[in-house]
Order: sequence, then structure tokens, then C-alpha cells
Amino acid sequence: MQDPPDISRRLLLGGTLALAGAAAAGCAIPMGLGSSQTRVKYWHFLGASDGIIMNKMVQAFAKDNPEIFVEENVLAWGEPFYTKIAMAGSGGRSPDLATFHLARLAGIGAGATLDPINVKLLEENGLTAADFSPPIWERAHIDGVLYAIPFDAHPMVLYYNTEICGRAGLLGPDGKLKPTNGVDELMAALRRTKDAMGGKPPLAFDALGLGTVGPWRVWWTLYAQSGGALLSADNTKIAIDDAKALEVLRFMQQLGKDGLLDWRTDYGASVANFTNGQAAFLWNGDWETTGLKERKTPFSMTRFPSVFGTGAAQADCHSFVLPHQRNRDPEVERATYRFIAYLVKNSADWAVAGHVPAYLPALKEPDYLKLEPQSEYRSVITEVALDPQVWFAGSASRLWIEFGQAFSPVIGGQHTPEEGLATAKAALNRLLSAPNPFPDQER
Amino acid sequence: MTTTVAAPAAAAPVTEAKVRRGWTQHGMLFVAPFLLIYVAFLVWPVLLGLRMSLSSVNVAGTNNHFIGFGNYAEAFSDPLMWHSLWNTVVFTVLSTIPLVLLGLVFALLVHNLRFVQWLWRLSFFGPFLLPSAVVSILWLQMIYPPGYGLINGTLGTDVPWLTDTSTAMLSVVLTTVWWTVGFNFLLYLAALQSIPQHLYEAAAIDGASAWQRLRSITLPLLGRTTALIVVLQLLASLKVFDQIYLMTAGGPENSTRSIIEYAYDMGFTGYRTGYASAVSYILFVLIVIVSLVQLRLFRKRAEVSS
Repeated sequence: MQDPPDISRRLLLGGTLALAGAAAAGCAIPMGLGSSQTRVKYWHFLGASDGIIMNKMVQAFAKDNPEIFVEENVLAWGEPFYTKIAMAGSGGRSPDLATFHLARLAGIGAGATLDPINVKLLEENGLTAADFSPPIWERAHIDGVLYAIPFDAHPMVLYYNTEICGRAGLLGPDGKLKPTNGVDELMAALRRTKDAMGGKPPLAFDALGLGTVGPWRVWWTLYAQSGGALLSADNTKIAIDDAKALEVLRFMQQLGKDGLLDWRTDYGASVANFTNGQAAFLWNGDWETTGLKERKTPFSMTRFPSVFGTGAAQADCHSFVLPHQRNRDPEVERATYRFIAYLVKNSADWAVAGHVPAYLPALKEPDYLKLEPQSEYRSVITEVALDPQVWFAGSASRLWIEFGQAFSPVIGGQHTPEEGLATAKAALNRLLSAPNPFPDQER
Repeated sequence: MTTTVAAPAAAAPVTEAKVRRGWTQHGMLFVAPFLLIYVAFLVWPVLLGLRMSLSSVNVAGTNNHFIGFGNYAEAFSDPLMWHSLWNTVVFTVLSTIPLVLLGLVFALLVHNLRFVQWLWRLSFFGPFLLPSAVVSILWLQMIYPPGYGLINGTLGTDVPWLTDTSTAMLSVVLTTVWWTVGFNFLLYLAALQSIPQHLYEAAAIDGASAWQRLRSITLPLLGRTTALIVVLQLLASLKVFDQIYLMTAGGPENSTRSIIEYAYDMGFTGYRTGYASAVSYILFVLIVIVSLVQLRLFRKRAEVSS
């Protein structure tokens, strides 16, 4: 019999701590931190299939750059993440790098909690303004200072079930969905699909549920298509065009009334219905792509249909920011920019998750163009409908949740479009009159 | 020997006076550790919160300007604040009454069922052992969903329990009652078991019916327990947050948004820590008022009964 190996207390403790650390980091540490390595602490909120792809990219970077160790820390998406960034950034002892939604940039007190991007270091790593989609690059600035490096846009897209749409005769000879233009064509296509499905509602999106933002996403897409604005140019007054806003809300309600949309579905149910072929169309962000492929749903996707004029689609963008640090180590800083540049330049790998790269050269890469159906909707990148630049906007923001709550009962028919709009405007007024928690003079 | 006896005798009057006033160095020494923790973790944060509620401070701790009662003025003029406060009151009334009554009824039942008592006790108290997250997911994902949920599936109905303004609050109350009634039940059961059996025997000899025994012996002797349970329940209900946050997030249309959820939204989604502190203080004052009123009521009742 062999004796059990002699484990010292220190070794055991160290091993346990390392394990705990690995667990806390989402088991994402690609290799141990060697003494000669530069450590870059990276916080992100990319979970599920997004997270797996990001982890692969971090590992690929580690292979090419053995002298840099990227410590990946995966945190929960949404408000808790932004609260953490704000607190870490204000303390000045924050991670070296973090992901961010571009539309949240105005609400975080960029100068106080985020450090400006060093444009020179970015150029040294081969990235300039010309490499990025102009409206998105523009949005990464606050008062002319660059605070974020755009990574992608994740717009609302149209997922369609190829099998059902084929039965309904909606596919062209190339097997792709024939585009519709305007309300009537879309309604006609939905009705034909409904008939082909034996009277089941063919369209799904998250119309209700816990803090749902689906109603906001759909409304903002369609309203932006009709050319409407939310706020005045200086972002201080409501500038909603009532006629246009109501037209969109009436249309959204009509979908429910005519049985073209199952308005009883929340986020999970809408995706599940589409996955299982219970719905032929899904209006959602592009991030469900990987999941749908894994579950072998016969689907493809395309740009959100043009209904009220243009082909605009609600979107937000992932980007990279540098949370404020009191003393930034120049060596770590160089490593951080190298890592960012690596991720941005390899956007084609990231696009597997469904997102449209903000890095323009990636849009022409054969690797990206080969991605099906991810490259189908890439042209949307110049027509994205971003949020107004105010502190209460952006992914998982008060604006999204309040508007989602106001419009959800309109879709279900419990409220009239007028009531829904009034509720939304009241909420918007409340947000406008509340003081910005990160006012300008702080910068 | 004589000296040792004499010395304390000489010091006695001073010490005695101190003891009478409730003050000794020894006592202070024993209390000090607790007092320190009490000050550090209760008194100081309470004062700090008060100071924050009078400023515009954000979640990052910056923008810390004194703005007087600005936050309070804003809160009192925000219809959503009043709506959330009203929801909290509605929830408190709707939940406290069944929680106290059912707690009593279940305790009486179990007390009088003389076989497999542990099973009845466990079945009423069991849900209380579950964490709020488990309870919320259970009801949210398995019992309430339209279509396949346990209730709708069994009854063949299509009630939108948590997604309609007319049913959402009641659904949350129902879940809360199921989940927490066990605590009151346990307190009542303990009180019932401490009532001397001979009282009932004497009453039975005098020919009192079961109903008379309940009305004239059991309920009066449970008075103190009831007072305690009502106080605890009111305070717990006023502070409702977890199950609402997890099951409806305050929706639909703010119909279940409690005042704590409102403070949470303002502080963490809206980043406005100062404003959230002001809202917390409004709730704090409300709770203090409720406690004082209760104290008054029960003191009077105690005086009357004695």
C-alpha cells in the first residue's frame, strides 16, 4: 500500500484558493500567471454563447502573446454590472479593461469613472477612426473625447423559420425570405404564414414579462423607421411625434388583435416558441443565433423588415472602456491596448455570436462573409437606431424598462395606444426632470 | 482580615448610588463590545444615511453636494413614490390579516389533531424554511405561468396571474401567505401548548362547550402572542422586497412596486444613492410610526386587562 501523498497545509490552502479563484472567474483562466507576465484584469458581462466565444478569443490571444496574462472576470449582465463599474471606477482601483454598452456611456459620468482612450496607443496598435462605422465611432465620444472602443453592433433582426416560410411560399428561388416593404406587405406575409400554421400566431417577440424591454425595442425600431425622435436636439425636452408614435403603437396592437402575434409570451417563451417551430418569425436581438444553431432549428435571419419608411433597427453596441485608475501602470496599459486591438481585429471570430462587427475591415473578410446567416444583415450597421445620449438610456436602463412597461399592455390590448403613450411620456418626463447623477462638471 | 472587610464597607454608598442609577464601570466594560458594534454598524450608518438623503450623491460616491430637503421634496412630488407607498400598504393589509388568522387556525387544528403531529407541523412550517429565491422561482416558473402552470393547467383556466394588474398583487400575497404562514403558526402553537390543561378540564366540568372554551379561555390567553405576531407581521410586510423583485420586478405597470423596490430602482438602476436614501428614510419614518401606534394600543389593552 502506498501512503497518501503528503500535502502541506499551505499547499492545500493555496490550491483551494486557486480553485475558488478559477470558479469566481468562470473557470476562464487559460493558464497560470507567471512571474514574467504582465497581468491585464478584464471584466465583462458576456454570458452563455457570447461568453464561450469571448473565452476562446482570450485563449487564442494568450497563445500568441505568452508574455501577457489576461485575467478574465465574468460578471452578471445588466444594472449590477454598471453599478460595479461605477463604484470601482470612482475608487480608482478598477480592472484594466471592461466591456460596456455604448448607449450607457452618457449615463456613467465618463470623466469620473472611465478614463479617456489613448488614441496614440490605439494607433500604434493599428486602429484608427477610419476603421470603424462612423455613427458608432461618433457615439464612443463624449464632448469630443473618446471614451470607448466600439466592438460590434447588436441590432434587432428578423429570424425566420425556413421550413414554415417555405410552406407559406414566402421564400425566393435562392431559399431566402422575400423582403417585405411597408405595413400591408408585412401583414399579408404574416397572414399567409398564419394560414400555413393552421391559425397559430406566426410572430413572436417578448411582449411582456419581468422588466421586459421587448416592447421598447420593437417600438423604437419602428418609430425610428418613420423618422421620429425621442428628445429635442439638446436632450432636454420630449420631442415625440405623437402621430408617428401612435401609428406604431396601433400597428403593434393590431398584430396582437389579428392573432398574428402571441402577445402572451415573455422573453423565454418567445425564443422557445421560435426554437420549437411554434412561431415562424422572431423579432429579437442578434445574440440568439448560436443557441438556435445548437438546437438545430431550421432558421435563417435577415434585417428587420422595413415597415414605416427606412430600414432602421434598434441597436446597442458592445465596446471596451478603461475604468478609471489613479495610477495606471504603463506596461499594463500597453498590454491592454494590444489585447483590445487583437479582439477588434479578430471581429470575424466574435461575429460567430451573431453580432455585426463595428470594425469595418472585418465586414469584408471572407471569414465573416462565410458566416451564415450572420453576414446576412451586416448592411444594417449604417442604419442602427441608437438611444438618445442621456444618462437614463442604454441597455437595461431605466428608459428601456419604463417604456417596456408602458407599451406591453398596449400590445396585449389592455390599454389603448393613447394610454400607453401617455404613460411612457410621464415616465420620460420624470426621468428628464430627475437630476443626472453624474453631472457634466464632474469631468 | 478586618481591613479587607472595612474597605468595601467604606466604598459601599458610592457604588450603591451608581448601581441604582444603572451605571458601573464593570457594567460598562461588559457592555462596551456590544455598544461598539452597535454604534459602528447601526448608529453610524443610520446617521450616514440621513446625511446621504440630504445630498445628491451618486452610486460612485461622487457629486456629493448638500441639497437640503431637495430629495424629499422630489420624492413627495413623484406620483410613482406615492403609488409604491400605497402598494406597500395594500400588500401589508392583504397579507397581515390572512397570515395572522391562518396561523391561528392551523395552530388550533394541529394542536387538536393528536396523531402524527410532526407531519402536520412540518407541512405548515416547511415552506418557511425555503429561501425566497426558491419560493419565487417555484411559483413563477411552475405554479403561475399561463398555459402550463400548475394552477391554470389543473383548473383549465388561463388567468395571467403575475402579468395582469388586477391579479398580480393578489398572486404575490398568495405566495407570501403560503411561504411565511408557518412562522406565525409555530408561535401560536407554542403559545397554545403553554396554556394549562386544567383550565379546560374545569371549564368542561362546568359544562362549557368547545366554542365557549375557545372564546373564553384560548383566545384571551393568546392575546399577548397575537399582539406580538401582529407587530412582527406588520413590520415584515412593510419591508416586502425579495419575492416581488424576483416574481414581477414591480410590474405590470407598477402595480406591485413596493416602496423598497422603488428605492432599489432609484439607487441601483438610476445610480441616485442620495435620492434612494431619502426614500428609505420615508419608509423608516412610516415603520417607526406604525410601531409607536402599536405600542400604544397594546399598552392600553394590557392596562385594561390588568
